[in-house]
This record gives sequence, structure tokens and C-alpha cells, in this order.
Amino acid sequence: MRVARRLWSTLADDPGGAVFLALLLAVATVMPALNQVVPVSSALHLSTYSLTLIGKYLCYAMLALAVDLIWGYGGILSLGHAAFFALGGYAMGMYLMRQIGRRGVYGNPILPDFMVFLNWQKLPWFWLGFNHFWFALAMMALVPALLAYVFGWLAFRSRVTGVYLSIMTQALSYALMLAFFRNDMGFGGNNGFTDFKDILGFDLHQDGTRVVLLVITAAALATSYLACRAIVGSRAGRVIRAIRDAESRTRFLGYRVESYKLWVFVFSAVLAGIAGALYVPQVGIINPSEFAPINSIEVVIWVAVGGRGTLVGAAAGAVLVNYAKTFFTGALPEVWLYALGSLFVLVTLFLPRGLMGLVSRPRRPLRPGDALPATWTDRSRVGVSAGSKTK
Amino acid sequence: MRLLDGLRCCGHRSGRGARQIGLRWFQSLLLAATLFAPDALAQSRNDGFLAALGELREASFPDKEKIVERLSESGHPSARPVLTALLEDRLYVRPQDQKIFLVKSGDDSLASFELVDPLSLRDAGSSPRDALTKVGTNNSLRKLLKLTVARFDLSSPASAVRLAAVEEMLRSLDDASIALLRKRVGVETDAGVKEEIETGLALAALDSSDPQARLDGIATLAHNLRQQVRNRLAGLLEQSADGGFVERDERVRRAAATAVRAIDRSRTFYSGIETLFFGLSVGSVLVLVAIGLAVTFGVMGVINMAHGELMMLGAYTTYVVQLAMPRHIGASILVAVPAAFLVAGLAGVVLERTIIRFLYGRPLETLLATFGVSLVLQQLVRSIFSANNRSVETPAWMSGTLQLNDALSITYNRLYIVIFTLIVFAILLIVLKRTRLGLDIRAVTQNRAMAQAMGIRTEWVDAMTFGLGSGIAGVAGVALSQFTNVGPNLGQSYIIDSFMVVVFGGVGNLWGTLVGGMSMGVVNQLLEPYAGAVLAKIFVLVALILFIQRWPRGLFPQTGRAAESQ
Repeated sequence: MRVARRLWSTLADDPGGAVFLALLLAVATVMPALNQVVPVSSALHLSTYSLTLIGKYLCYAMLALAVDLIWGYGGILSLGHAAFFALGGYAMGMYLMRQIGRRGVYGNPILPDFMVFLNWQKLPWFWLGFNHFWFALAMMALVPALLAYVFGWLAFRSRVTGVYLSIMTQALSYALMLAFFRNDMGFGGNNGFTDFKDILGFDLHQDGTRVVLLVITAAALATSYLACRAIVGSRAGRVIRAIRDAESRTRFLGYRVESYKLWVFVFSAVLAGIAGALYVPQVGIINPSEFAPINSIEVVIWVAVGGRGTLVGAAAGAVLVNYAKTFFTGALPEVWLYALGSLFVLVTLFLPRGLMGLVSRPRRPLRPGDALPATWTDRSRVGVSAGSKTK
Repeated sequence: MRLLDGLRCCGHRSGRGARQIGLRWFQSLLLAATLFAPDALAQSRNDGFLAALGELREASFPDKEKIVERLSESGHPSARPVLTALLEDRLYVRPQDQKIFLVKSGDDSLASFELVDPLSLRDAGSSPRDALTKVGTNNSLRKLLKLTVARFDLSSPASAVRLAAVEEMLRSLDDASIALLRKRVGVETDAGVKEEIETGLALAALDSSDPQARLDGIATLAHNLRQQVRNRLAGLLEQSADGGFVERDERVRRAAATAVRAIDRSRTFYSGIETLFFGLSVGSVLVLVAIGLAVTFGVMGVINMAHGELMMLGAYTTYVVQLAMPRHIGASILVAVPAAFLVAGLAGVVLERTIIRFLYGRPLETLLATFGVSLVLQQLVRSIFSANNRSVETPAWMSGTLQLNDALSITYNRLYIVIFTLIVFAILLIVLKRTRLGLDIRAVTQNRAMAQAMGIRTEWVDAMTFGLGSGIAGVAGVALSQFTNVGPNLGQSYIIDSFMVVVFGGVGNLWGTLVGGMSMGVVNQLLEPYAGAVLAKIFVLVALILFIQRWPRGLFPQTGRAAESQ
């Protein structure tokens, strides 16, 4: 009861979020109905392909939420979130591979096909336990969390910030991509995992399973949104925003900047991991190209297009940009990179607040000299604040 | 000597050569006599040669050996080409008229052979393969032929030909070839050839029954780095199945063991040098791709994700330049360097004026916007040149190897990349430290407001600095076009590496970039034999990530207040 009231009061302050959740609810109820109840012959029928596509967009939206939380609110531009997404996906993929069992090409009850192909005799230790769903479920969150914790602990403690951090995360993701491309890693090399059969006993090729997966994804997205909103609205959330705007000042005020950053980073990585885990059974494949640095950068542009530091905008941006991508790569493949590239340039130049900046105007018009977050203002150029170089 | 060789090489010219001898020797004789006598001489020699050649058609193998000896002793200029052809299975009979021909290529997959006349060595049309019969050889005949050809080559005036002949003989030494070498060693004048012959004789001496001769042989071979020599010496130390040593003499064994150890030490040393050099050349590529970034990122603080695509523009400029001058591939690279600098530099100035200048002080936004630019540039190149890789030719002067000794060889393209990188680095350093532009750039970097107050056009300096960094990226692209595929993804594969180099070396420090890139290359090469290429790269990346945690400002951190603002 109390939870419901809290929720209600939160949403009352957050009309955008309310609209977002209502839309999600609509997607989770209407889409399955259009797919399952409406006959195939009807114009209103939603094909399973489209249903899966929507599920994919929702996973991307969740990933965008994760990035928005740390970039929009924490000022940490991670160019490695695709890595957490892919790690979650690989954890799910490992479970799904174990579920194939004897139905693989080689019919080995324990070893996945690629291991038989590589002449492996027994399952490597890190594959143990992945035949249990609960274990895989735990790993989807734990593996990204652990990586984020170790990386974040090292990076934030030694105060690697800004661009440096971005480049480091990118390098991390790149190194992981190279590693997963190797056959000896035991993750299927550049083919990755595919040809999944079923999840928890339900056939993945059945429409019903697809519908359930979509509903679960929508629910997960809604929950993550509420969780992010709760974090942002909390006291800790305000500290995180303070760190974004003036890190040193926050530190001097006595806050442990490193721990705040670390925990929000880890939480964000977990979100990304769960999004990846939900993505894999719907798309049916996971391979090392998911780690590619460009994927992480694309996530950032979804957030930037939607409007950073708005959560709802990030999710909306993810869906919109990906819908555009699906449309363009189908209809005008030549144009897609031009469009995406120009989008990057135009949004950063002319829409620093993204699409949400168009929809929800600030309480009063902005004037020069307003105290915008430091990352948004045209701070004095690098050289100006430098002063003369002291010897 | 020279004249004799002229005779041997080319029958056509030899007639005239003989005529000259005649003119010199018989000046006092009648003109008619001097002209006719040598021609008649040549004619009779030709007849003898042809007759011997003709006998090859039907002869048994032992008879063929005799014919070969006759041919080689005939002194006929065509002897060597004909015997070589016989050795290489390129000597054929045309049963139709019983004539013997050389063919240019004995490749069995050819439908017809191009014929060469054995006397004049001129083209003699072509014939279908079925209409010809090969003059067969067997092992002992081939051995004899090899020796005969080697004898011809050993008396060649060109030391390179002699050296090649000796090297060929060293591959399979037998009594006959040893005898030949022994005869030659006394008269040989070229030091290199002589050393090679002595190596051969020393190798032969190892089989001698006289222990002293064997010891002398080992002493000669002890400083030879060739794998063959090392294996031969190591063979002396082996034990046969019954436990006894192959080499019975204790002293010889000890000398051989010492020699093998010394050779191994030297070989390890030289392979170390080779690895180091490989590392430096890999590092040079890294420095080259990163140094433009060191200007735009290090000096200006601009994160240019399109840096890789500016390199790509440089590489495509090389391709276009080669298209424009297909006959001068060797010079095309020299033209491409300034052309690529201009193209990429211009692109950089446009990029700075239209996008980046609105984003100064907002590094993360710059990162996103320039990434967008990189996507557009990639697609642009795809639209113009197609998505396929384009092949850029390597000029002849850049291919090949520099053989320093038997254990150390350096490919020219690796050598040139190191030199090229150092030149680019030096020029950049001079521009920044010794020119007006460099002075302006440093002034604006250190204190923009003050520089402006002193009358420096900071906007112009910004554009020029960015253009300079971008131009260097283009120049790096020219170098990359010689190493990797020139395609739309060329830039992407280097962008992470180049950022890592700059961050590792210390932002804003050119020397840091040089040291950082070189050491990354060397470490990479050192790890590669143990871990493989991919794993080595992963190790380097992870090591760098950890390094930055400990020293966030890189190898050579900026000091003073300028450091705080970044």
C-alpha cells in the first residue's frame, strides 16, 4: 500500500515518466493481443517478426537508460556499455547453449557444438552451472557488475575522469571484443552462440514464447525506469548530480565521490547486462561484434538524441533511432550512415537537450549565464583557465 | 676475360667480337682475309655444336653425359643456356624436322611452347606442346649438368653470379663440386665469394679423415651464422645408437661444441635485434597514426574521433595519385605525401570551422560530433570508391630485404617506415618550436586570453593547428596504405590504438607520444611469440588500462596549471 502511494506521488511529479509507463503497459498488452488474438488475415495483425523487433527496441531502451543514468546524471561518459550488454547476453547465451543438449549437430549431451568441433574433451570450468537457469540469471547481473566494480574501483579511485575515462572504457570494450573473437576462449569464437532451441522448456520459435519474452522485457524496462527514477530522486542521486557539475567541490564538501560514482556505475552495468540477457533469446544470436566500440557509441547517441539526463528521453531516443535504423537499412542502406552521422553532429550542435528539450521546456527560458550543468555550458576553452604555465 | 664472357653470353654479338679480335691481331693482313677467317671459324664451331646437340636426340643416358661434356668444352656461347635448359627440362626435339629447341617455359599446363633457337638464342616461333618431345634427363645426368653450369658461373666476371653459384653448390656438396671449389679458391678475387667458397671447403673438411683438417674446418666455421653450418656442427656432437659419438676425436667434439654455442649466442643476439627492430617499426606506425592526434588532442584538447577517417582520406589520396600516374609508381608515394597532407589538412580545417569551434571546452560533445563526421566520411568513401578495398601498389624501391648477415635481415618497408616516422616527427617538432605558427600555437595553448591580447588571431591559429594535426593524419594514411588494406574501415581499426598512445605518452607532450608509441610496439612484438598476435594486443591494452589507473597523466605528465584545466 505504502509502495503504491510512493509510486503514485513519484509519478505525479513526473508526467513524462507516467506517459512512458502507460505506453509500456500498452505495448505489453496490445501488441501480444494483436499478435495472438487478431487473425493473420487481418490488417491489424502484428507479425511475430515485428513483435520481436519491438522486444529488441525495448532491450535497447533499457541499455539507453543505463547509459543515461551514468552519463546524464553522473557525467561519466562510458564508451564501453555495449561490453556489459554483451556480457549479460553471453551469460544468457551460455544457458541457452546448454539447453540445446543432444539436439545439436553433433548430438553431444554436454558439450556445445563448437567445442565438439574444436575437439574439446570436457566443459571448461567457467561453463559449469550454466545448465541451471537461476545460476545463469545470477551471472547475467554478477559478471557485468564484477567487471564494472573492478574497472570502476581502479578508475575512480585514481580519478581518471572525463575523456580519459571514455577512452579507457572504449579500450576495455575493444580488448574484450578481441578476446571473445579467439576460439580458445571457449565462447564460440567469432560465430558466438546461435541456433538456440528453448528456454526453461518453452520453445523459442513459438509465438507464445516470443509474446511472453516481450511482456517480460517491457516489465523489466518499467522496473528499471522506476529504479533509476528512485535513484535519481534520492539523496544519493542529488550527490551524483553534484559530482557531475562540480566534482572537486563535492569532494571538498566531504562526500566520498569515488563510492558514489562506483555504485552508480555498477548499477548501470547490471542494467546493461540484464538488457543484454533479454536481448539474446529474442534475437537468437550473440557474437563478439556486440562488443564493438561503435555499438557503445551508438548507445550514447540514442541518449543524446532523446535528451540526456531525462531517462524517458533516453528510452525514447533508443526506440526512435533504432526504428529509423531498421527503416533506412531496409529502404535506403546507402543513406543510413549519412543520416546517423549527421544526427550525431546536428544533435550535439543544435539540440544539446535532445528531443526532450523540445517537448518539456525549462520552467523559464534559459538566459546566458544561467547555472546550467557544467557539461552543458560553453565553458571557457581549455587554454583560458590554464593561466600562464608555472615553472 | 670480358670478351670471352661476351662470347659465352650471347652468340649473336660474339661474331662481331671475334671480328674485332681479328682486326686487332691481323691488322697487317688483307682486309678480305681478316673478315672471312673468323666467320669461317665460327661457322665450323656452330656445326660441331649442332652436331653434338643433334646426338642428344637418341643417345642413352651415359652417352648424354659425354655429349654434355663435349658441349661444355666446345666453348660455344650457347653452351650454358642450352645446358641450363636441359637441366630445367626445357630442351625439346621437334620430331617433324628433328630440330632441337629451347623453350621459354616448360610449364606443362601451357598448350603451346615458345621456341628459342639453340644457336642464335633468338625467338623461333611457337609450337603446340604435342608436337615436341622432351630431351630426358636422369639423376646422374642432372648432377653433371649442375656441376657444369656451376663451372660456367664460377668463371663469370660478375661476382654476384659467382656468389650465387657457390651458394647453390653449398646446398648439396659432393666430391666433384668440392674439387671445383678447391680449384676456384686460389684464383678468386672477390672477398665475399672467397669467404663463401672457404665455408664450402670447411664444410667438406668436416668429413675428412684427418682430425686436424676437421679442427681447421670448425675454426673456419665458428663465426658463420648460417643455419646449415650450425646444424652440421651440431651433427658432430650427436651420439649414434650404440652410445658412441659420431665424431670420435674428443678435441674435435669440444671445438664443435664451443663453435655451436658461439653461433647460437650470436643468432639469439641477432634475433633479439630483429625483434627490437620489428617492434620499433610497429611502434613507428603507432607513433605516426597518433602524432596528428597528439596535436589536435594533446595541444588543442579536442577529441577528434574522425582522426582515423582523415588517415583514410590520406590513404585514398595515395590511391588516386597512383591512378593519375600509373607509369611512375615509384615517384607516386613522394607525390602522395604532400597531396595527402593538403587533402586531409583541408578537410581538417573545414571540420574545425564548421563544427568543432562551436564545441570548444565540451570534450564529450566534440567526441560525439566528430564521431558523426567519421561515419559520414566512411559512407562518402563507400559511395565514391565502393565498399571494396582498393589496392595501392608498393613501389619497387620499398620492397625487398636488406640482408645484414646470415642471421639478420631487415625488410626495406619496415626500415622506411621507421625513417619516415622520425622525419615526420622532426618536422612537426621544428614547426612547433621554430616557426611563427608554432610560437602562436604554443602561446594560444598556454594562455588564450593573453595571446589574443598580444594580437594573435586565435581563431586562425585554432584552424591552422587543427589543419596541421589533420594533415599529419593524412600523411600517416599514405604510410598505412603500404601496410594495410585501403578501405572505408581503415581509420576505425587504428583510432583506439592512437588514443591509447597519446594518453599513455602523456597528453600535450610530443616526446611522450614518440616514446609511448615505440615502447608499445616493442612490448607488443616481445609478447607476440609467447602469446600470439591477438592475445599480445589484449595484454597491451589491459596493461595500458592499468597503467593509466596508476599514472592518469601518462608517461610524461604536463605540469603546472595547464594540467589542471584538462
